[in-house]
Amino acid sequence: MKSTAANFEDNAEKALADDKLKAALSKLSEGFPAKRREAADRLPEFESLRDQARDIKSHVLANLDFYLEQFEARVVESGGTVHWCRTAAEARTTILRICRNAGAKTVTKSKSMIGEEIAINEHLEHHGVEPVETDLGEYIIQLRHEPPSHIIAPAIHLSKEQVADTFRKSHPHLAPERALEEPRALLEEARSELRQKFLAADVGLTGANMLIAETGSIALVTNEGNADLTYSLPKTHIAIASLEKIVPTLEDATTILRVLARSATGQDMSVYNTFCTGPKRAQDLDGPEDFHIVLLDNGRSKMLGGEFHDMLRCIRCGACLNHCPVYKSIGGHAYGWVYSGPMGAVLIPNLIGLDEAGHLPNASTLCGKCEDVCPMRIPLPRMLRSWRTQQFEAGKTAPLSRSLLRAWAFVTARPWLYRIMVAPAVSALAALGRKGGRFRRLPLAGGWTKHRDLPAPEGGTFVSRWNRGERPGEKKP
Amino acid sequence: MSDARSEILGAVRDAIAKSHGSAAGGPTDIHADARSRLADHAANLIPARGRLGRKARVDLFIREAERVNATVARVSSTSGVPREVARFLAKNNLPMSLKIAPETSEDTIPWTEQTLLKVEEGRADGTEHASVSHAFAGVAETGTLVVLSGPGNPTTLNFLPPTHICVVAAPEIAGDYEEVWSRLRSEKAGEETGGGFMPRTVNWITGPSRTADIEQTLLLGAHGPQRLHIVIVDE
Amino acid sequence: MSETPARQPSIGLFATCLVDLTRPSVGFAAAKLLEDAGCKVSVPGQQSCCGQPAYNSGDAADARAIAQTVIRVFEGFDYVVAPSGSCAGMIRHHYPALFENDAKWLARARALADKTHELTSFLVDVMKVDGLEADYDGVVTYHDSCSGLREMGVRDQPRALLGQVSGVALKEGEEREACCGFGGLFCVKYPDISGRMVDAKVDDILATGADTLLAGDLGCLMNIAGRLQRRGSDVRVRHVAEVLANMTDGPSLGEPGDESKK
Repeated sequence: MKSTAANFEDNAEKALADDKLKAALSKLSEGFPAKRREAADRLPEFESLRDQARDIKSHVLANLDFYLEQFEARVVESGGTVHWCRTAAEARTTILRICRNAGAKTVTKSKSMIGEEIAINEHLEHHGVEPVETDLGEYIIQLRHEPPSHIIAPAIHLSKEQVADTFRKSHPHLAPERALEEPRALLEEARSELRQKFLAADVGLTGANMLIAETGSIALVTNEGNADLTYSLPKTHIAIASLEKIVPTLEDATTILRVLARSATGQDMSVYNTFCTGPKRAQDLDGPEDFHIVLLDNGRSKMLGGEFHDMLRCIRCGACLNHCPVYKSIGGHAYGWVYSGPMGAVLIPNLIGLDEAGHLPNASTLCGKCEDVCPMRIPLPRMLRSWRTQQFEAGKTAPLSRSLLRAWAFVTARPWLYRIMVAPAVSALAALGRKGGRFRRLPLAGGWTKHRDLPAPEGGTFVSRWNRGERPGEKKP
Repeated sequence: MSDARSEILGAVRDAIAKSHGSAAGGPTDIHADARSRLADHAANLIPARGRLGRKARVDLFIREAERVNATVARVSSTSGVPREVARFLAKNNLPMSLKIAPETSEDTIPWTEQTLLKVEEGRADGTEHASVSHAFAGVAETGTLVVLSGPGNPTTLNFLPPTHICVVAAPEIAGDYEEVWSRLRSEKAGEETGGGFMPRTVNWITGPSRTADIEQTLLLGAHGPQRLHIVIVDE
Repeated sequence: MSETPARQPSIGLFATCLVDLTRPSVGFAAAKLLEDAGCKVSVPGQQSCCGQPAYNSGDAADARAIAQTVIRVFEGFDYVVAPSGSCAGMIRHHYPALFENDAKWLARARALADKTHELTSFLVDVMKVDGLEADYDGVVTYHDSCSGLREMGVRDQPRALLGQVSGVALKEGEEREACCGFGGLFCVKYPDISGRMVDAKVDDILATGADTLLAGDLGCLMNIAGRLQRRGSDVRVRHVAEVLANMTDGPSLGEPGDESKK
C-alpha cells in the first residue's frame, strides 16, 4: 500500500479529532491489557516462558540459513513447494502465477500481515483475480478499502454503526429492513456472505505464524476458524511468510504458542492452532491438492546481524500496541502504513525507509511499556533511539530541534557557561511568574502551553543557592 | 527463482558469518547446536499446571474446556456416545442428523441404537447441521483437543458445521502438548504419508470459534462452529 | 536519625537541571533527607544536565561529551543520588551504552553507573531509612514515572517512605504506571498527542479524589501540574521529596508564590 507515514503529524491530528476512534481505542485499552495481566497471573511460568521464547528466536536467527534449508527440504519431502522471493514484487508475481496455474477466479484469504506488506490484494484484483478477506475485521476493512489499524484486531477503529453502514453499501442482497444494530447480526451477515466464498474459492491464501524446520509444517493461529476454512476447502493452498518466522521444532513452536495468545488477547490459547504439512495425502477426503509456501525476504536479511536484528524475533502479537500510550491516543492508521505502534515504528523505517517514516521513531516517549510486555523481550525503545541516532547523524533531524538541542548540549557540557547563561534567564522568568505561579502562554513555548500551563520557576538555581550556604528549614508547625 | 534462493541464503550467511567473525578460531560446524536441537526436539519449560494424576488431569481438562465455552459430557464407554449425542442435539433443539468421521463409524460407535439419529459418514460440504470427529488427544493444560486429519477424520468436519461434537478417550487426555507430540512421533513414525509422522493437518481446538472484531464484543461461532461439545469416553 | 553510621557515605547530589532551574526546593528536600539519613552531601557546582535530551534525540556525540563532564565531576563520591528516576536511569543504564566502543570511558561510565541511585530507592534500599519525622495532611496519589519504574525498579520505595509520614492517606490511581506524555522533547514535538496522554493521566488522578499528586520526577510533575491547572483543578502537585522532608510550606508547583516568604 502507499505509505502516508510522512504525513504522520496530519494523520495524528485527524485521529485525535475523531471521537468514534477515541471511544474504540478506550475500549481496547480497557480490554486487552487487563486480560493479558490475568492470563499471565494464571501461569506462574509466564516470565520464564518469555525468556525461553526469546532464546528460541535468537537461536534461530543465529542459524537462519541452516533452518531455512531444513524447512525447505521437509516441505519438498512432504510434497509441497517453496518459492523464495527477494522482494514484495517477486512475491506478488509468484502468487499471481500460482493462482493463474490453478485457474483461479477467487482467492479466499486469512489475515496475513505479509499479505498487507506486499499489497497482494490490489495486485490480484488488478489482474482479474478476486481476493476475499475472511477474518471478520479484515473483511470489513477490505470492503472499506482501508488498511488494518491493529495487527490482530484490524477493525478496532470502527463502531458497529460504521460496520453496519459498510455492509449496507457493499452487500447487494442485503434487505434494507434487515436489522443490523447488534454485533451478532453483523457477524451473521458477514458469515453468510463469506460462507459462499469459502466454498467457491479456487485458492486459499494464508499467512503463517511459524514455519517449523523439523517437519516442514506451517503453524496458523486464529480464533474464528477462517484460516482453517481457507486452507481446507480450495484445491490450492498458498502460505506466505517472511524468513524470520522459522522455529526449530514442534516443541519450540509450542513454547511460543504459550506466550503468543496470552500476550495478544489474554487467552491461554487461541481457539485454533493448526499445523499444516504438505498437501492432502492420497486417501484424505479433504484438504488442498497443492501446497505452496512463498518465503519472503523483503529486507529481513538486511536486518540480520544489524542494529535491528532483535526486531526479527517479533511474533506479531500486538501486545506493544495494546499497551502503548501513543497508539492508544492515535490508533493504527496514523502510522501511515500496514504496521503500527512501537513494533511498527521500528519495523516500518526498515521496510520503506527512514526518509518516508522518519516521524515514527520520534513519536514515542520511550516510556518502556512496550519492552515490558513484549513476549520476545525486544528492546523496542533502544531501537527507536537507534533510528533517531541515524537521523541525527544523517542531518535529518528537524533543523530547529537540531540547533536548539546542539545549543543546549554545548552549554550543558560546559557547566560554567550553563551557570552564566541559564541562571539569569531563569531568574527573570521566576520574577515574571511569581505572582501567578504559572504561565498560560510564553514566547517560544507554544508546544508546551498549547495544552498545559507552565509552572513558574521558584527563583535562583538550586546549585548556587546551596553553595551560597542557603538551607531552608522544615515547615513551621 | 533459484536465483532468489541463492541470493537470500547468501545474504543470510554473510550476516551470520559477520556476527560470528568476532569469535576467535571459529568452530568447524557453526550449526552444530541447531543440528542437535532438531535431532533431540527436546521439550522446553512445561508449566506445572497439567502435571497431574489421571483423574485430576481429566478434571482439569473439563474445567479448562468449559472455561472457553465448550460443553463436556462423560460416558463410560463408546456404546454410550450415541445416546449422549442425541441428548445434546435434543437439548439444543438441533436436527437429529449428523455427518460423522469414518473413524467414528458403526465399527466403533453403535449409532444405529439411536433410531432417531440420521447418521452419514464423510467430509463436510457446508450443508450439515452437526458433525462428529475423533480427537487423537486432549490437553488438560488448556482444555484443548488435538485432532488429526486422515482418511478416517476429515478436517472439514471440525470447521464447517455450526455444531461440532468431538469424541476423546479419557486415557488419551494428556497433561501438556509436549506429551501429545511425543505420542504422535512414536505412534506415527514410519508412516508412508509423505510428511513423516505429521498428518496433513494437526488441529489444536480450544473451545468453539469466536471473534471480538466488532467493538471488542465477544461472539461465538465466527466462521467455525458456534458449539463445541466434547464427549469423553472413560473406558 | 538518632544513630550515626560508622562512616558517613559521601553523596554527590545530582540535582538535575529541572530541579536546579525551576524548583530548588526539591534539591533542598533531597539534601535534607540524605543528611538526615546520615550521609555527607555535596552539590558540585560543575553540574548541569545528564544529557538525556541529546541522547534521546539521537545526538550521541553531544550526549557523550555531557556524560564525560558528569563522570569527571561525580566519580569521586561513594554514591551519586538524583531526585529523578529518569536522570538516574540515564546515568545508570545509558552512560555505559554510550561508551560501548571506548574501553577507557566505558570502565569509568560503568563505575559511575553502579553507584548511581534514584533518591527514594537509595533512601530505602541502601540507607534503610525508617521512621521519617514528617507530617502532611492530605489524600495523595502517586504517579510512577516511566524511567523510575521500568529502568530503576522504583515502585514500593516511595510508598514505603510515604507510609512513615503522619497524616498521609494514599489513594492509588488505576493507571498510575501509565506514561504521562511528557517524554522530554516529545511533549513539544508532538504537543497534541502528548496533550491526549496527559489528559488521560489527569482523568485518572481526578478519579482517585486525591487532593495532592506526588511523583519522583519533576518533568512528569510539571507536565501533569500544567494540565491539571489548565483544566482548572486545584489538586496540588509536589515532588515526593518535599513531603518526605517535611518541607511543604512553600507553594506547590504552579501555585502563586507567597511574597512574605521570599
